[in-house]
Amino acid sequence: MHREIRVQEQDFSVAAEYGAARERLGACAGAVASFVGLVRDLRSGAADEAVEALCLEHYPGMTERSIEAIVAEAAGRWPLLDVVVIHRVGRLEPAAQIVLVQAASAHRSAAFAACEFIMDYLKTEAVFWKREESRDGARWVEATAEDRHRVSDWNGGG
Amino acid sequence: MKVEVRFFASLRDAAGLDVREVILPDEASFDSLMNALEHELQAGALDALRADNVRVALNQELTQPPFELAEGDEVAFLPPVTGG
Repeated sequence: MHREIRVQEQDFSVAAEYGAARERLGACAGAVASFVGLVRDLRSGAADEAVEALCLEHYPGMTERSIEAIVAEAAGRWPLLDVVVIHRVGRLEPAAQIVLVQAASAHRSAAFAACEFIMDYLKTEAVFWKREESRDGARWVEATAEDRHRVSDWNGGG
Repeated sequence: MKVEVRFFASLRDAAGLDVREVILPDEASFDSLMNALEHELQAGALDALRADNVRVALNQELTQPPFELAEGDEVAFLPPVTGG
């Protein structure tokens, strides 16, 4: 399986990553699923407060390994052929792309499920921190109860 | 011996710095590091580092204190993470 994990400040192109995966895959994959996360302009949990920027911080080395562990777990659950995770860091303004998860498999169910699984684990396990900046100041964001619940569901918990 | 200590996100705010080199006697432990930090960081920082939801990494591996330290170790304090 081809796996690629990048943590970077610069933006990414979904078309370029999809094109590169198709070149690698040839005719063996029947499905490529992509998920892109974007910066919203509203503060999580407080609908009326505008977010001016999201600042993402990471721990170089440990962060990449935390994503590798998530991808390895996904590869153990589904027959994946190709996985790309690109996660941006630094100061991102609303509408900016934050994260790309792209998974290829012979069939769509594995590609869809792997994208969702990897995203759910990125929310709760990957070594990143997010600070939301708004007119009234900045605050650190934490994974929500729903994020944690979704990860628990993947492990058969309630 | 020298140990490098790193503080991330809200803990960097609490500590007032992101990295600090700490000199410890040989055969020092995590507890001796915390005692040293108590004198080196601003007031209130130690309480933040000791919060239940803070995890500790030793040389970039999550490690549950207490543990022994060696020359050149890197200790990081990680508040709750979230990506995606």
